[in-house]
Amino acid sequence: MNPSLSTMAPGRTMASEQRDRTTPMVSIQSVEKVFGTSQVLFDIDLDVQAGETVCLIGPSGAGKSTLLRCINHLEKITRGSIRVDGSLVGYREHLGKLYELHESEAARQRLVTGMVFQQFNLFQHMTSIENVTFAAIKVLRLPKPEAIERARGLLDRVGLGHKMDSYPSQLSGGQQQRVAIARAMQMRPKVMLFDEPTSALDPELVGDVLEVMRDVARTSGMTLMVVTHEMGFAREVADRVVFMAEGRIVEVGTAREVLDNPAHDRTRDFLAAVLR
Amino acid sequence: MTGRASVSRPVAMHAGMEVVPVRRWGRQALAVVVAVVVVTVVYGFATNPNIKWPVVGEFLLNAAIVDGLLGTLELTIWSMMFATLIAVVIAVMRLSDSRIISGFAAGYVFIFRGIPMIVLLILVGNLGLFFKTFSIGIPFTDITFIAIRTRDLMTPFVASIIGLSLAGSGYMAEIVRAGLLSVGRGQREAATALGCTPAATLRYIVLPQALKVLIPPMGNEMVSMLKATAVVSVIAGGDLLTAALGISGVNYRTIELLIVATIWYLLVITVLSIAQYFVERRSAEK
Ligand SMILES: Nc1ncnc2c1ncn2[C@@H]1O[C@H](COP(=O)(O)OP(=O)(O)OP(=O)(O)O)[C@@H](O)[C@H]1O
Ligand SMILES: [Mg+2]
Repeated sequence: MNPSLSTMAPGRTMASEQRDRTTPMVSIQSVEKVFGTSQVLFDIDLDVQAGETVCLIGPSGAGKSTLLRCINHLEKITRGSIRVDGSLVGYREHLGKLYELHESEAARQRLVTGMVFQQFNLFQHMTSIENVTFAAIKVLRLPKPEAIERARGLLDRVGLGHKMDSYPSQLSGGQQQRVAIARAMQMRPKVMLFDEPTSALDPELVGDVLEVMRDVARTSGMTLMVVTHEMGFAREVADRVVFMAEGRIVEVGTAREVLDNPAHDRTRDFLAAVLR
Repeated sequence: MTGRASVSRPVAMHAGMEVVPVRRWGRQALAVVVAVVVVTVVYGFATNPNIKWPVVGEFLLNAAIVDGLLGTLELTIWSMMFATLIAVVIAVMRLSDSRIISGFAAGYVFIFRGIPMIVLLILVGNLGLFFKTFSIGIPFTDITFIAIRTRDLMTPFVASIIGLSLAGSGYMAEIVRAGLLSVGRGQREAATALGCTPAATLRYIVLPQALKVLIPPMGNEMVSMLKATAVVSVIAGGDLLTAALGISGVNYRTIELLIVATIWYLLVITVLSIAQYFVERRSAEK
């Protein structure tokens, strides 16, 4: 395995190593989310350690996407708190008070997380390399040559070195998703959120994307939270598996515990339906 | 088309038998009627003893007419520019989460799309009648920094640009809004997730993609704007029609001068349409 991905992980200092052991990278406490009149998340508690890979599984409508979107503040939680890398998502703490973040501050805070979407969401008016360099140049204000060099390395790694100048409309779904992963990695987030990255793909294209994700999980040192229906993938790379249903976390454990020996009937029914 | 096909196409054979193409009698009859109407109208204009065609030729390149034409082009370009800028701002405001801001934008569109352009132009052109001075200062106090007589500021040309921009922006705001909405939510979310502020998302992700959708309708708006400039002749805005009517007021050759203006309008519109075709083709390639 090429070791260069590990060098792309956020720089670790001694201090952050120490913090890593004591504080979780993502800490979700008593989170609830209400859309209008319907509550979609109930009393969610979950800690994810730095470097850990957690897979979220569960039936449609369980609230998996909503939970991920709350973590990077695409959605605002109704109650509870989420901390990512120590800071409270959506707020600034000062002298015992919480100040809601202005949009530009929220944007800065979001740099800790990267997100990969089910529908890829590549910028349609930009080539692969432009998609990957865009935010590095405009948001991180990296010098252009450096951003391009970094982006080339990443596109090579996801196997798309030959598609740098293609527009998304000229790429297959699997290729688009790999560009999207490179785009998120380019920002060197500490936490990567994957929302069903392979669900929109034709079966024969799923393998390439999973291969890239396996690579990221094993060598990047990033913290990964992956919503997926790929049980094989979860079994292989997940340190822990979280099963959600009807807006609640039903059970959490190692892949072996949750997938092979579920403690709850609800989990068993779901797995039986998925694996059938 | 039917004629050429029946002459040059070899007799089609299918399953060893000759194929007889469908005869579209209705279409052919309509074509004949259309041709007769066109010929009659053109012939009527060409041979009408009351239209002095030499006069048309004489004034086509008349200095006042060319000046008016340049005025029309200037009015079109300035008005189009301001109207587009205002339209983008109003369209963005219309999509704001703040009810006050989006309400203001909705009100703006309602008013300037609702007022007939000719009324708007006369109102703006005569602002000096009810606001004697134009001043910049602190509202509701006596402190003013600049005060100019409205009559000096509001020349017919300036009034024309303001009126045309306001009227055009009302329509264009709706077009731009549709363009902004055509950019999927996923695009905006991806930018947000990458740490873009709403302003950066708008500038780098939404507007460039909306632009592609906007080019065809905005091209049409440009043609409309060009034609709308003729309305400013009511406040003597220094356009082509004002020039043509000015001359005909002296020599009483109204029809001839209207034909002169018409020829120029159609010529400019043809150039615009060709430009639009190339711009559209280029943006479609991307
Ligand atoms: N913006 C929204 N407004 C209102 N309701 C929403 C919104 N987003 C999600 N929901 C609702 O919240 C619930 C959870 O949705 P969510 O997308 O988080 O589920 P999921 O577990 O990701 O499902 P899937 O596997 O189908 O993606 C659903 O009932 C959905 O209808
Ligand atoms: Mg989902």
